[in-house]
Amino acid sequence: MPSVQDWINNPLGVVDGAFAQNNSGAEWEKKVVEYFKEKLKVNGAQSWVPSLNDVPLHYLKPNSLVKFRCMIQDMFDPEFFMGVYETVDSSTNSKVLRCGKYKDVTDCGQVDFNSRNAVTSERQTFYCVPIPGESQWVKEISFHQARVVPSTSYTPNRHKRSYEEDDEMDTQAQCHCANSHRNVESKRLETEAPSQNNSPSRCSSNLDLNFPLPGEQGPACLVKVYEGWDGFKLNDMLEVFGILSVDPALSLMADDKEASSLLDPTESMETVEEQRAHSPPASLVPRIHMLYAQPLKHNNPLLPSAVSEDKGACRFLSGVLSELTSVRSELLTYLTHIFLGDSLAAEYLILHLISSVYARRDVLPLGKFTLNVSGCPHSSPYTDQLYQIIQQLVPSSYQICMSLHNMNNQRMVPRKDYTANRLVSGTLQLASNTSLFLDETQLEQGQLDATGVRNITALGNLISWQKVDYDFNYHQMEFPCNINVLIVSEGRSLLPSDCQVHLRPALSPPNLEEYLKTVQLAQASSQLNKYRVYFTVARSLDYNISDQITKAVEEDFVEMRKDDPQSVSAEDLHRMLIVARLLSLSYGQTSLSRENWIKAKQMEMMRISRTQQQKCVNGNEP
Amino acid sequence: MSSPSSSARKRARSSNPPTPASEDPLSLSPRPREPSTGELQPMPTSPGTDMQSPAIQDTSLFSSPVARRSVPQSEVDMSSPLIYDTPSRGTPARQRPDLGSVRKAPQVDLNSEPPSGDATVASEQTAGQRLVIWGTDVNVGTCKEKFQRFLQRFIDPSSREDENACLDLNEPLYMQKLDEISVVGDPVLNVNCGHIQTFDADLYRQLICYPQEVIPTFDMAVNELFFDRYPDSVLEHQIQVRPYNALKTRNMRSLNPEDIDQLITISGMVIRTSQLIPEMQEAFFRCQVCAFSTRVEVDRGRIAEPAVCRNCNTTHSMALVHNRSVFSDKQMIKLQESPEDMPAGQTPHTTVVYAHNDLVDKVQPGDRVNITGIYRAAPMRVNPRQSQVKSVYKTHIDAIHFRKTDERRLHGLEEENEQKLFTEERVSMLKELAAKPDVYDRLSSALAPSIYEHEDIKKGILLQLFGGTRKDFSQTGRGNFRAEINILLCGDPGTSKSQLLQYVYNLVPRGQYTSGKGSSAVGLTAYVMKDPETRQLVLQTGALVLSDNGICCIDEFDKMSDSTRSVLHEVMEQQTLSIAKAGIICQLNARTSILAAANPVESQWNPKKTTIENIQLPHTLLSRFDLIFLMLDPQDEAYDRRLAHHLVSLYYQSEDQVEEEYLDMAVLKDYIAYARTYINPRLCEEASQALIEAYVDMRKIGSGRGMVSAYPRQLESLIRLAEAHAKVRFSDKVETIDVEEAKRLHREALKQSATDPRTGFVDISILTTGMSATARKRKEEVAQALKKLIQSKGKMPAMKYQQLFDDLRGQSEAAITKDMFDEALRALTDEDYLTVTGKTVRLL
Repeated sequence: MPSVQDWINNPLGVVDGAFAQNNSGAEWEKKVVEYFKEKLKVNGAQSWVPSLNDVPLHYLKPNSLVKFRCMIQDMFDPEFFMGVYETVDSSTNSKVLRCGKYKDVTDCGQVDFNSRNAVTSERQTFYCVPIPGESQWVKEISFHQARVVPSTSYTPNRHKRSYEEDDEMDTQAQCHCANSHRNVESKRLETEAPSQNNSPSRCSSNLDLNFPLPGEQGPACLVKVYEGWDGFKLNDMLEVFGILSVDPALSLMADDKEASSLLDPTESMETVEEQRAHSPPASLVPRIHMLYAQPLKHNNPLLPSAVSEDKGACRFLSGVLSELTSVRSELLTYLTHIFLGDSLAAEYLILHLISSVYARRDVLPLGKFTLNVSGCPHSSPYTDQLYQIIQQLVPSSYQICMSLHNMNNQRMVPRKDYTANRLVSGTLQLASNTSLFLDETQLEQGQLDATGVRNITALGNLISWQKVDYDFNYHQMEFPCNINVLIVSEGRSLLPSDCQVHLRPALSPPNLEEYLKTVQLAQASSQLNKYRVYFTVARSLDYNISDQITKAVEEDFVEMRKDDPQSVSAEDLHRMLIVARLLSLSYGQTSLSRENWIKAKQMEMMRISRTQQQKCVNGNEP
Repeated sequence: MSSPSSSARKRARSSNPPTPASEDPLSLSPRPREPSTGELQPMPTSPGTDMQSPAIQDTSLFSSPVARRSVPQSEVDMSSPLIYDTPSRGTPARQRPDLGSVRKAPQVDLNSEPPSGDATVASEQTAGQRLVIWGTDVNVGTCKEKFQRFLQRFIDPSSREDENACLDLNEPLYMQKLDEISVVGDPVLNVNCGHIQTFDADLYRQLICYPQEVIPTFDMAVNELFFDRYPDSVLEHQIQVRPYNALKTRNMRSLNPEDIDQLITISGMVIRTSQLIPEMQEAFFRCQVCAFSTRVEVDRGRIAEPAVCRNCNTTHSMALVHNRSVFSDKQMIKLQESPEDMPAGQTPHTTVVYAHNDLVDKVQPGDRVNITGIYRAAPMRVNPRQSQVKSVYKTHIDAIHFRKTDERRLHGLEEENEQKLFTEERVSMLKELAAKPDVYDRLSSALAPSIYEHEDIKKGILLQLFGGTRKDFSQTGRGNFRAEINILLCGDPGTSKSQLLQYVYNLVPRGQYTSGKGSSAVGLTAYVMKDPETRQLVLQTGALVLSDNGICCIDEFDKMSDSTRSVLHEVMEQQTLSIAKAGIICQLNARTSILAAANPVESQWNPKKTTIENIQLPHTLLSRFDLIFLMLDPQDEAYDRRLAHHLVSLYYQSEDQVEEEYLDMAVLKDYIAYARTYINPRLCEEASQALIEAYVDMRKIGSGRGMVSAYPRQLESLIRLAEAHAKVRFSDKVETIDVEEAKRLHREALKQSATDPRTGFVDISILTTGMSATARKRKEEVAQALKKLIQSKGKMPAMKYQQLFDDLRGQSEAAITKDMFDEALRALTDEDYLTVTGKTVRLL
């Protein structure tokens, strides 16, 4: 396909062509965007585009079309650029109009700043990072797809090698590239991505890429947005399609400016820190000029990314829905094993994992379901393994050990750094539907300092209101979020939670670690994939309650209160309604049925009685 | 070397060859350039050196500054009307770096062929004026005339600005200001662009579009006028016009490329200021050979170094003399969008602002300001040797005028006067809403719709949001009367108190939310700390000060430590905070309403106890709350049913359905803001009668049973509530219906919180003294009984404690607890009737 070559390898050619064709009107800009949108709509076309997530930067051709799956971490100030400018060829003295869109640096020739034809335009820059806490399996699957697809954006003379060898070579290649990417040319070019674990060269640079979670890797990117930037929000997940720009001139500029700033402080409106944050070397933080961006509802690669009217997607969805119930029962068995035979806890975990804030009524977030699993064995690394299991099921997750050291030292709330003029990220800057795993068994005695108290408050706010107050020094700003918080603890958690389940193990295997491993290994990867799809699909279903059921629920509530008004409060009803909702969704039912309502009630009863028993036990303890 | 401040014109005019300055001007230390004072006219702007020795003017040093004054005038192209001699006599002009280099702006005779082919301007103007400034349609003569006319004639009888406080509103406003200048000697004339617009829309348009040309023309006009009127007055330098409030007021987000080189006003918060940067305005060159000196003005950041000495024709003999060159002060300021202007889910934008000369250090980080200035964009060159250019412009604003928006808060002069702009439609919409008879109910039901019922509590909070009218009695010595309404919610856990607080906190622009458990006294008030950068002691304000003119929501009020709570005493009545710490003694305004929530001590509300006993708060504090509500779980079936319905519908109704049912939060916000800003109701005659009656009634209820059921504080509360209710109706008069509602609400709250559980009567003394009158009466009775008992025993110098207790219990028909007995003993001790030592009671 020669055309593919064109629009992927040389998208700027397309842009310039369109500009040259009708340079008078503004029509061409729309046409360009349309053109690329059309191209990308073609079946499978999106997978032809190399992804910055998988392919190391030095394998990508500058000024080619790339895609990047990312989260908006920070929004910089809008910048004005030369949308159209005129260059003067000094030899012939002829003037040429050029287009500055989708470019960082002007093309050859002396720019005539006084030209009447020049047009100043505006664009917005987003600082994007890979989706924080993305699970390994997500990377593997999307990376696998990328490998399968014949990529056309690289020099074609690549030779086959075994994967192992490739991996080795990759790390080597990377080391070289960090130093200089000139000798990359001489290296063999391969579509291989680096295995994310062993690329120390990347973090060796002293540049802080500002990832929300510590230990994250992957490229950060400056995405230049040309239209509709008001529609994007901080922490949105996006799949960006755009033109990669790694012009060495950009990095050169950074160096130059630093030197010149010594001479002329008036020139340096920006501090050194600010320059570093806003114009980092392009070899580390490439620029992408966005042509098209797809907001992502989820980052599960097993599902079509957008719930579109696409027939294929529909067929896929109906297929999933039909076997939802069977997958659920398998999943329940699996999780029951994990919870050492406690099926109630497993049920609640399923409900928790498909919960999502679906609406906000003034300040109240609806649909959140923070789960506190108490009674977890403390001595063994049970909680760590539990986290690993959850990690295998959800597309993105993060574990916070609530140890004293962690609480006092971790930066959770993002903070605005005014010297560098950027938002310094914190661990609570997470994309929608990330699972946050709080391990309270690590709690120890000691004193929380000011940071610790702030962190605990932030966690509390996150759980109660699903919002994080970012620290802007002079004021705080509230950012709504949608994070599933799971707290594991020995006793009742010190943090608030919507629902507490006390774990009651039915079996006590002699070697807990071994036991969990075997349970885990028993799951085939196809099985795991089914679970993964299950969670994402169940979460996105619509839901309603019929009038009839509403009546029944009301009756029920009144009835319950009649016997003992203390037993059921408004809060309890709230919780029961959420449980009922999630229970229905977990069976793939989009409206509440009487059976599910009764089942939800029973589950709640069981859970509450269990907690009360636990209280008694604790109360009797000396 | 291109300085972005001055070379900002996008369509640059003349193209001077970019000659880099030979030396770095910044190795110089900034020198004091303070112009001399009155006695030493007529040469005040001479460069620095003379300042050290103002008394000895006849030193040789001075020859050059004097000479210097004549040099630029002779050198400058006299045909330019921008430069022509103003009748200032001795007063020197001062460069305006904020406007860039205007002096070079050429004029175009439109009758001849315009050199640039600027056809549009030409066609517009051919009929009228001949000369316009290149690239604009500004004719200097006309423009000047118009502005002078404006100054002489503009009257704004309805002016409400505080700057015009002591001016006669029926006289030409700006002439009075000129008069002020002649008296005070501060040569700055602030001009409200809004005034210009109402006076002459065309002039206003020119000012907005071509500030760089028009403002110097204004300067000239005002100086002519001024020195005509006050020929003998002496000023530092010529008057500079500082326009402000360009109606293009925008938030930062809406700035776009079309605003470049235009006059704009934006609001924001200062987040960073740089150190002072000296910027060269005029370079001084001296020939090495013949010592001939010349001056070159900096043009758009560049200095054209003279290659040849004009005197001796030696080439490349001119050297820059730093300490004879002229510098101006410059400061970089970073401005960030105010949090209110931002769309949700995005981060705030920042803009760079340059302040020049006396605007330097006018603002500090943290200040909220409105900045009027010229928006500039300059291309960024990668490298002078490279042709490649980064295709991005650097943008900044050259500040002409700062206006702090929060200044008034510090001085406490006036009611919150935030320039919240309401569009016409919005205002008419709000008024329409206000005209509806059920607006009060509508608004209260729009408040926190997700929280079920509690209508009266919502109404109370609604009134709190509106607040009373601020009254000033400082003349009669009582100072300000509190206009803010304080509310305490107490009740069972899980009755969505926190949610209500959270809602209010989100609704009001200046709200603070703290939790009693997590806040300390300093966190609420203010603390002194050392700034890590400047090493200076700075006062960091706490939640109460930050919520000045707003609402401070305090959750878990009961968990607050006593010392923390004690700071609230002053705030809740006097509305100020006194601080004496680390040598800083001051009184800050804290005109904040307090919305607090408290849980009962025994986790569940005990209906058998009084409010005080239930929440264990000092009554001195409780009596400062206007309304105390109990949020209890009413346990009846109908309520349960409605509650269940409400909750279920919460879970399945779509977003749109809800929108229809309730007023949207934004409307509510605007409604409150509008009412708070524009409506100041006063009591009418009937209403005051009604209030008096209500108060007398309240006193009467109690007096029948020997109790006092109302104190003046309650009357004040009633007035505040009535005023707030009038505000809800957008009424300027407090009428009887307002009083009625205030009474009702007050009664409701009292009924809930001040009911004596023993008698079932409303008894305000529960709140004011912490004990109900019946309880006090009973205490007295026990004491009397004990006294009688002791007297009946005859003359016994000492008694056993336990025995006495048993005797008393045996004698009395009502059960007497040990506490009561102890209390009775204490009462008798106070009467000096007996003393208690250990286990024996001695008579005195």
